[in-house]
Amino acid sequence: MIETQEHLRKEFDAYVAADKKIEPKDWMPDAYRKTLIRQISQHAHSEIVGMLPEGKWITRAPSLQRKAILLAKVQDEAGHGLYLYSAAETLGVDRADLVADLLSGKAKYSSIFNYPSLTWADIGAIGWLVDGAAIMNQVPLCRCSYGPYARAMTRVCKEESFHQRQGYSIMMQLMKGTDAQKEMAQDALNRWWWPALMMFGPSDSESMHSSQNMKWNIKRFSNDELRQRMVDMTVPQAECIGLKMPDPDLKWNEDKGGHDFGEIDWTEFYDVIAGNGICNKERLEDRNKAHDDGEWVRDAAVAYSEKRNANT
Amino acid sequence: MSENKSNWPLWEVFVRSRQGLGHKHVGSLHASDAEMAIGNARDVYTRRQEGVSIWVVPAESITASAPADSEALFDPANDKIYRHPTFFVLPDEVNHM
Repeated sequence: MIETQEHLRKEFDAYVAADKKIEPKDWMPDAYRKTLIRQISQHAHSEIVGMLPEGKWITRAPSLQRKAILLAKVQDEAGHGLYLYSAAETLGVDRADLVADLLSGKAKYSSIFNYPSLTWADIGAIGWLVDGAAIMNQVPLCRCSYGPYARAMTRVCKEESFHQRQGYSIMMQLMKGTDAQKEMAQDALNRWWWPALMMFGPSDSESMHSSQNMKWNIKRFSNDELRQRMVDMTVPQAECIGLKMPDPDLKWNEDKGGHDFGEIDWTEFYDVIAGNGICNKERLEDRNKAHDDGEWVRDAAVAYSEKRNANT
Repeated sequence: MSENKSNWPLWEVFVRSRQGLGHKHVGSLHASDAEMAIGNARDVYTRRQEGVSIWVVPAESITASAPADSEALFDPANDKIYRHPTFFVLPDEVNHM
């Protein structure tokens, strides 16, 4: 029996190494299933919690058009969460359990959403930088070895570039405005830049899940590689509209063909993960409240369906 | 915590992207009944005109072939390559048959 498992495992590794796709009913190692459930559900939770910092600004958007755009963007985030929960469920977990883990604080979500959105410019910075970093992380996931995850990511990526552009367009507009508006945009960049770079996770030398996930084609590029790309992509975008990067160590390095940049404050990163970010408590409370407030709706829907089924 | 553990049933969603094409599986969702499943499928899977028609099917009603049976189900086709037209070599003159 052990020999069979070993054999299956070897076949699986070779199959995945050949860049082939795994589908829900295929045999897979327990650790592969477990790591995917963890990653996909955390990803789903991030989309759902990610609605909160932006949702606050829907009623405060500066124009009807901006309001409609932000509403559509936040609705997309809900959709992304649902695609991902759906993908996670193909691995044999129950959605109610995943949601319960989020609400109890047992499950993690991206730390970036534990930062507050203080001004309208933050909505610009979030779309531009947070969604920008998310795209950088997600594009390689479209080729992930697990079929349902890869397909969900393909849908997500198609929609995500609208998010990034709408954010950048907010920043562009502010940078064409009054001094106070320019200052507001710069302040948002100053506060979101470093947390956005932290979204790629710990440095390669510290990362817990990286090497096995690379072998399984769940991950294609290392955290530091993706972070470097993010810096190189964003610097000219900031320059183009007159924003200054909040990093005195940032400079072009001709030899490596990329930017050198300052050290990330990893103490802050681990502190926010540990639950001590500015909004950790508020986010969980808001999610729990939304869930509890929606209970009567869920109950009513079930009662209605049962009544109708009984009548047919 | 007031977590109500019971899930609404799971529905698999199929969308016809435009007239002339078949419905294609796009994912799944939870809904209390078929009508809500259609409504939710519209919101989750067709926010950008991805479809003109939606099917929702209770996930538990789907019977799927098992990967272990794939040899028995799909392999025999391999040794009947004459089913493919390229098996037959034609003279150059009639190459468009």
